[in-house]
Amino acid sequence: MFINQLSVFIENEEGRLGKVLDILKQEDINIISLSLADSSEFGLLRMIVSDAEKGKSALRTNGFSTMLTPVLAVKLTHQVGALQNVLAEICKENINIEYTYALATGTGDASIVIKTEDLEKTAQVLKNAGVELLNF
Amino acid sequence: MIWNEAKECMSREEMNALQSKRLVKTVDRIYHNVEHYRKKMQDIGLEPGDIKGIEDLHKLPFTTKSDLRDTYPFGLFAVPQSEIVRVHASSGTTGKATVVGYTRRDIEIWSECVTRAFAQAGLGREDVIQIAYGYGLFTGGLGAHYGAENLGATVVPMSTGNTKKLTTMMKDFGATAIACTPSYLLHIAETLEADGDLDKIKLKAAICGAEPWTEQMRKQVEQKLNINAFDIYGLSEVMGPGVACDCIYHKGLHVYEDHFLPEIIDPETLQPLPEGEVGELVFTTLTKEGLPLLRYRTRDLTSITYEKCECGRTLARISRFKGRSDDMLIIRGVNVFPSQIEAALLEMGETAPHYMLIVDRVNNLDSLEVQVEVDEKFFSDRISELEKLSKKIATVIQHAIGLAVKVKLVEPRSIERSMGKAVHVIDKRKLV
Repeated sequence: MFINQLSVFIENEEGRLGKVLDILKQEDINIISLSLADSSEFGLLRMIVSDAEKGKSALRTNGFSTMLTPVLAVKLTHQVGALQNVLAEICKENINIEYTYALATGTGDASIVIKTEDLEKTAQVLKNAGVELLNF
Repeated sequence: MIWNEAKECMSREEMNALQSKRLVKTVDRIYHNVEHYRKKMQDIGLEPGDIKGIEDLHKLPFTTKSDLRDTYPFGLFAVPQSEIVRVHASSGTTGKATVVGYTRRDIEIWSECVTRAFAQAGLGREDVIQIAYGYGLFTGGLGAHYGAENLGATVVPMSTGNTKKLTTMMKDFGATAIACTPSYLLHIAETLEADGDLDKIKLKAAICGAEPWTEQMRKQVEQKLNINAFDIYGLSEVMGPGVACDCIYHKGLHVYEDHFLPEIIDPETLQPLPEGEVGELVFTTLTKEGLPLLRYRTRDLTSITYEKCECGRTLARISRFKGRSDDMLIIRGVNVFPSQIEAALLEMGETAPHYMLIVDRVNNLDSLEVQVEVDEKFFSDRISELEKLSKKIATVIQHAIGLAVKVKLVEPRSIERSMGKAVHVIDKRKLV
């Protein structure tokens, strides 16, 4: 039900993102989705990859601070209001969304990654509403 | 001009005789009035009678900052508290301040020493002197103030903080001298320059201290302001500003050694070093009543000469400081030890993260950046948590050292590891 997101701390300096991607490439790890949040001094890279555990250990070996966080991948139809419908279900239950970003699946439908303060409850709410959750 | 010619131009024999007489009295008084010292002396089997003159100085135990901390607040005072008319305090390394106390006579002698320094800088009763050191627990403001008043000058107690008001009054009052930290003087000079006011001031001298500065910096500010800039030295434990000051020849700082007996020791072996060799400066106070100190280790590295100066003074001279025998940094006049920052970071968790202090001088004001490696135990997948971490580190450090710092989170292992002693400081100020 949950998927493992790989997060990496990077300094807001040139070449740092490239270094992370380079390590993943060498380990033959595919990046399915990626979101880069930045502050003035550092960046936070969040990814859904083909093998999160392997990615984490490869990055750690190279000195990066990493962590795996369970998140939900939610399937959306390519329709106006699809995202709004999903979020409305979550909001109804007063669950706070910490972050969300788009997920590329390569299929006809779209999907997003969602992290909320209560993932179990969110999953339940979405299932009850008939929203499809993705697994990898 | 020489304020106290009798003392400042004594022959070496006379000076040594005076120092010997005062040392014997000081040791006797300390032994009988300060338990901490009595124990220290007893521990090495030393009695007051064993000290017959300055030739016996090396037999006495050393005093360090930790002696002051261990006896916080008044444990080393040699007079009843009713005799103490003032205390000052400096920021301590472990949160505890170092407290110093003065009797009325101590204040008079301190004032005289500062007066000697101002006179050495060519100042007198006709002068208008702005005191732009901080007033308060710090010895700089009140110390310089009393000396300037004792000189008979017109004293303007500016304190620090309002540079515009300072430059306005400098122009309006026709101030002829200023006492402040060297970096603040440069800041003032730049403010005057930016306002096009450099030719509207009557300043002729600046007496600067409380912070290390280079000869280049001194010359630079002399040129910019068209003044003479003097280097005054002191530390609160020994007295405050006015322990030593240079004269118009700028060939070392004259130590007012009739009150403060200087020695240079090897910081490793603790053995006294001969004239001219660089080592750690050590002071024994000769007249202080409130807080007399035996062989106080300043940690400042310098050398000493007893050669008579061209100005006529015979007082020993110490050279411009060559650094410190410990890792203390002086940032905006505040003493900072990397260990304080490490201790503060330890509060963040069981092990302190790797860190590096970057000290710089931007627009003539010192800045301190603390780089902290974000290892996995501090890492979060939320920006807000990381920003909270950064703020928390800044707050914890600010509480520990009393200075605002800029915290920069950096990747693990991005701070260089050294093979030997860990390097925690990069000082870009290029002061030595």
